[in-house]
Amino acid sequence: MRWLIDFLTSSIGKKLIMSLTGLFLCSFLVIHLIGNLQLFIPDGGEKFNVYAKFMTSNPLIKFISVGLYAGILLHAIQGILIWMENKKAKGSTYAVNTYDNGSWMSKNMGLLGTLILFFLCVHMGDFWFKTKFTDQIPMVTYDGVEMKDLYTQVYTSFSKLWIVIVYLIGLVALALHLLHGFESAFTTLGIRHKKYTPLIKLSGIAFSITIPLLYALIPLWVLVKNAANY
Amino acid sequence: MNLTLKIWRQKNNGSNGHFENYQVEAEEHMSFLEMLDVLNQQLIEKKQDPVAFEHDCREGICGACSMVINGRPHGSQTGTTACQLHMRAFKTGDTITIEPFRANAFPVIKDLAVDRSSFDAIMQAGGYISVNTGQAVDGNAIPVEKADADEAFDSATCIGCGACVAACPNGSAMLFTSAKINHLSKLPQGQVEHSRRVKNMVRVMDKEGFGKCSNVGACEVDCPKEISTDNIAALNRYYLGSVLFGQD
Repeated sequence: MRWLIDFLTSSIGKKLIMSLTGLFLCSFLVIHLIGNLQLFIPDGGEKFNVYAKFMTSNPLIKFISVGLYAGILLHAIQGILIWMENKKAKGSTYAVNTYDNGSWMSKNMGLLGTLILFFLCVHMGDFWFKTKFTDQIPMVTYDGVEMKDLYTQVYTSFSKLWIVIVYLIGLVALALHLLHGFESAFTTLGIRHKKYTPLIKLSGIAFSITIPLLYALIPLWVLVKNAANY
Repeated sequence: MNLTLKIWRQKNNGSNGHFENYQVEAEEHMSFLEMLDVLNQQLIEKKQDPVAFEHDCREGICGACSMVINGRPHGSQTGTTACQLHMRAFKTGDTITIEPFRANAFPVIKDLAVDRSSFDAIMQAGGYISVNTGQAVDGNAIPVEKADADEAFDSATCIGCGACVAACPNGSAMLFTSAKINHLSKLPQGQVEHSRRVKNMVRVMDKEGFGKCSNVGACEVDCPKEISTDNIAALNRYYLGSVLFGQD
């Protein structure tokens, strides 16, 4: 197994871990978004709450979620380690800094990732932690089945302006992170060819803008709805 | 033309460096290095220590000159080494900041001269092919696909100057290493040792303390030979293939 350790600790191996975990997290973004868009269904939250109960109780989903947490941790820890190693490899910087070559995002992936991680902490604290470890989530009953009313929790959370601002900052950071990360992940995998690289680039831009924008609609929608009620 | 030069002076690797200002009178037909020669002549006449900088062919093909001019390795002129940069790119009254290449794997020897033997170590790890000695093989004896030959030649134009490392915010040597590997991997002669070469050169590149590639692309922009980052993607592919399917 020496070869595997050598591979995973090599510079390219480390980047490959970033690439694969990054793409895995991208797939999660899509699944999570599809689920969350049910918040827009005007049924008082029944569909969303039933879906949320399924997601928190189904054994297969529970198993996959462990993989997801591992993916997030691996991506974050490996990212921080790479950032530290690269900082050391560069050593001192130039007095005159004109390396405007390369996008701002590509040079600040660590910063953007940290912002996303900070957002994730707020997000998980507000929903995941409260659902799992507290009784703060109100209960609701559909067809005799009692479940946590996460739909109402979403409205409670997003009635706080600071939470909405944290979400928007997190999502802008996500969009910028993806604008570099999506295409970069494919390059790290060696998937680059003049035949399909333009397609990867275009899909990357579309993905990086569409997904965070759709996510951002949720807190904004709730904020506007709450404001309209007053 | 009158110029103010702000040059990094550093006695040796152990000492701390600092910037010093110099005035120099140059002509626009001079190359950048000839302008530095004029400055050094002035310093020698004043019995001061001349500025150490590396140079050899002064034709843009040896890769010896290595300096960061106004924040850009080899200066801001595209596809040009410092020796081929001419003073007509500047105007009288300009202040030019000249620094050594910065990367942990390129320690400063003196002033603008850095130790790039880490590149030699990478080359020694596999940047060659093994051939029997004897009569030279006929040039066309081994057929090579034209597109492959072109790509190999593009990669082979790398002069190993280290501008990619100097430009990279991570101090990564991926452009250099990938160009050297791709140059051989596109040709039949390079196939024999391919898998071992890829693994060994990457291993030594890591050992020498270069950073990891974040696909920033600054290397490609500042490369005097305009080596494409497609080489890096190819190396990523070769590396994965060599680890998973290589013999050893």
